[in-house]
Amino acid sequence: MENKPPGDDMDNVAVMQQPEGPQVWNSMLSDLAETKDKALYVKLFRHFAPKVKAYIIRLGLVETTAEELMQETMLSVWRKAHLYNASKAAASTWIFTLARNQSIDRMRKQKYPEYSLEAWQEGGHEEQHEGPGEEQDVCEQAVTSDRMAKVISQLPEDQAQVIYMSFYEGRSHSDISERLGVPLGSVKSRIRLASEKIKMMWRDDV
Amino acid sequence: MNIKHHLDEATLVSYTAGSMSQAMALVVACHISMCPVCRDRVHDSEAIGGMLLESLNPAPVSDDSLAQILACLDEEPDLNTQLEAKRVETSIAKNKQWLATHSDIPRPLDDYIGDSLENVEWKRIVPGVYYHDLPCKTERRGASRLLRIAPGKAMLPHSHDGNELTLILRGSYTDEIGRFTAGDIADLDNEIQHQPLVDSSEDCICLIATDAPLKFSTLLGKIVQPMTGF
Ligand SMILES: [Zn+2]
Repeated sequence: MENKPPGDDMDNVAVMQQPEGPQVWNSMLSDLAETKDKALYVKLFRHFAPKVKAYIIRLGLVETTAEELMQETMLSVWRKAHLYNASKAAASTWIFTLARNQSIDRMRKQKYPEYSLEAWQEGGHEEQHEGPGEEQDVCEQAVTSDRMAKVISQLPEDQAQVIYMSFYEGRSHSDISERLGVPLGSVKSRIRLASEKIKMMWRDDV
Repeated sequence: MNIKHHLDEATLVSYTAGSMSQAMALVVACHISMCPVCRDRVHDSEAIGGMLLESLNPAPVSDDSLAQILACLDEEPDLNTQLEAKRVETSIAKNKQWLATHSDIPRPLDDYIGDSLENVEWKRIVPGVYYHDLPCKTERRGASRLLRIAPGKAMLPHSHDGNELTLILRGSYTDEIGRFTAGDIADLDNEIQHQPLVDSSEDCICLIATDAPLKFSTLLGKIVQPMTGF
């Protein structure tokens, strides 16, 4: 791929889509689990399906496979809705993990090692650990998509680039290192800095 | 479990993005399942994924897709949901059972070796040193295996071409970085040289993955020298 400067990607960012903010999707997804209301599902589908498909295409899968995997992902949104916990993650975050797992399972023909699916649903063995996590989760949900775009646009170009290459292209550290001709250690420190900066901006921005 | 050594932030991001080898992802998932601190951190990284998904320009979706899915939901209205619920219930029950029995392996590993370290079939490299390869597909580079090393043995000093993850499952070792006990993870890249020495009274069992397979096999060939002769 040619490594687009972050500015180019920003042009593609759909900012105006949802004036209501992402909380709407969170509560819609929670309601879906309760009601199994198809009208709700259709709304969620219209919003997320095209983004899920865009994500899968960026990972390098062909159109027909992307369409198929998008369908599987959106079906699992319906089937797994009862696992979604709005106090833990934004709808987009949860759907991202579903799409990621579907795509990887297909590409590798092997299940992506998950740390714990049910951690989404209940505290599990996390009870003993409360505090900073809670606070950060709230931050995340208060982040609207235009703010998200702003956060990314505030990253130095070389940091935004490694985040894009990781999430949108599924490239490993060593792969990125080879492509950019940058030592592995530098790739990792860029990712580290970017991630820490994003999380800091979320906290400051709420 | 008192975990002192955690995942590097860059490793967490790569795991969350789905951009690391199966072998490495397995080790990361195992540590996260044992470590509440990294579990919180991974939720934050997943939020970055959500943010990036949300900010993508939508791709056109086929007109039929929604209709097909809705038809699918109509045909078997609750069956799959029930199956899924059942699966999750089983999974939660298994998790509770796992916690109750203090199983000696992290959950993600039981897809690979069954439910206990006791049932692993070990192959000997040299006396006191055994390994067991895990069936991780290597479409991307990388390999993972379990290593079992007797007390008092040390690996030769080594560095790596790429990243190397070592998760301690049982026993302990000490190297230039510190002391590693069950649950701890050594998250190293090629800038670090180390020489781990097993200092527990029982065998040290660890799960190792690397994204540079060639060096890894070289490493295994000469991995351990007896500190006390045999
Ligand atoms: Zn940890």
